[in-house]
Amino acid sequence: MAAESLTFIFLNAAIINNFVLALFLGICPFLGVSAKRETAWNMGLAVMFVMLVSSVSAYGINWLLVRFEIEFLRLICYIAVIASAVQLVEMAMKKFSPALFRALGIFLPLITTNCAILGVALFQTFREYSFLQCMAFSLGAGVGFTIALTLMAGLRERLELANVPGVSQGAALTLMLAGLLSLAFMGFAGLGGQHA
Amino acid sequence: MKLPERQEKVSPDTFLRGLWEENPVFVMMLGMCPVLAVTNSAINALAMGLATTFVLLCSSSLVSLLRKLIPKQVRIATYIIIIATFVTIVDYAIQAISLDLYNALGAFIQLIVVNCVILGRAEAYASKQRLGATVVNGLGMGAGFTIALLCLGTVREILGAGSLFGYALFSENFQPWVVMILPPGGFFVLGAWLLVFARYRQRRERRQLEQQGVTADGR
Repeated sequence: MAAESLTFIFLNAAIINNFVLALFLGICPFLGVSAKRETAWNMGLAVMFVMLVSSVSAYGINWLLVRFEIEFLRLICYIAVIASAVQLVEMAMKKFSPALFRALGIFLPLITTNCAILGVALFQTFREYSFLQCMAFSLGAGVGFTIALTLMAGLRERLELANVPGVSQGAALTLMLAGLLSLAFMGFAGLGGQHA
Repeated sequence: MKLPERQEKVSPDTFLRGLWEENPVFVMMLGMCPVLAVTNSAINALAMGLATTFVLLCSSSLVSLLRKLIPKQVRIATYIIIIATFVTIVDYAIQAISLDLYNALGAFIQLIVVNCVILGRAEAYASKQRLGATVVNGLGMGAGFTIALLCLGTVREILGAGSLFGYALFSENFQPWVVMILPPGGFFVLGAWLLVFARYRQRRERRQLEQQGVTADGR
């Protein structure tokens, strides 16, 4: 499995096996921050950055863990790395863009518990990707997350003007929309990706 | 959600709240990722529910015991480390009990670490309450989570594969509704359950209003 080309890994993570719509990773921010297009876009960028940082560090840590034969500590190490990466992004954002920092609010520290990021780190370990493949994989996953989030935000902005029955307002309608989006993304399956 | 600030006495309500009133999935919308991802069959849903309940119970008990020792500034990091420890135990236990199940659930066992239900319980409840109340509340929440997973898992397996817990329900003329066990089905079934509950809640509220002598139009 480790012999895949970089383009294939990137496209596979971004579109064919989209992290949000096909693998169900990172659903909480997907439902929580997708009300406005601009915040969704910025959230996507923040997640992409954290993914890249944590994926690279996870690669290094895994190498160390295997070397010292203490793989059972993998989960604890990964989560600690991710938490520090999120802290880094938070501090940088507070300094360079306070407005954005306020807009993302509670969802910024919550990136720590975003399963998509831990998912990237775990999947790349299972699939035994090389360093460059890890980079392509995490970039693809980040792009896929951003695409899904922005598409959803666009749909929800339109939906605010629509006249829907009172019962279905809120979470139920958002989930139905996500289902339709996911159905649409299944059309990409023919591009050659296998369902993980 | 109302958070009890003072020490709560253990009552049936401590347990039952997790099942219906504060159901982690249907009401609080927490821990969505495993709910959608592993519910393509009832047995996967049940295993995931039990694993999550175990981690929830153990981690919140430990947090409750250590609540006076954990410094406030580093509490979230401490909780995550505690949770990650128990998840590692569960991960190895499932691998030892059933390799098939382990392969079916895949990375989602390890991803229990980032399940917001568990961290949420540790932060909002276990860090303030005594051990007894925490255990009962954790059991209730875990049961609520498992029931919600089963609700989705059974519906998706019956519609998508025509079977329940692996046993065929219909004759071979049954045409399975394959989309239900594929990713979009997860979103659709959860959306449908939420619709059912919203409808039920709306009707109950209307009936209460009618009993108070107000008609549905508010006149």
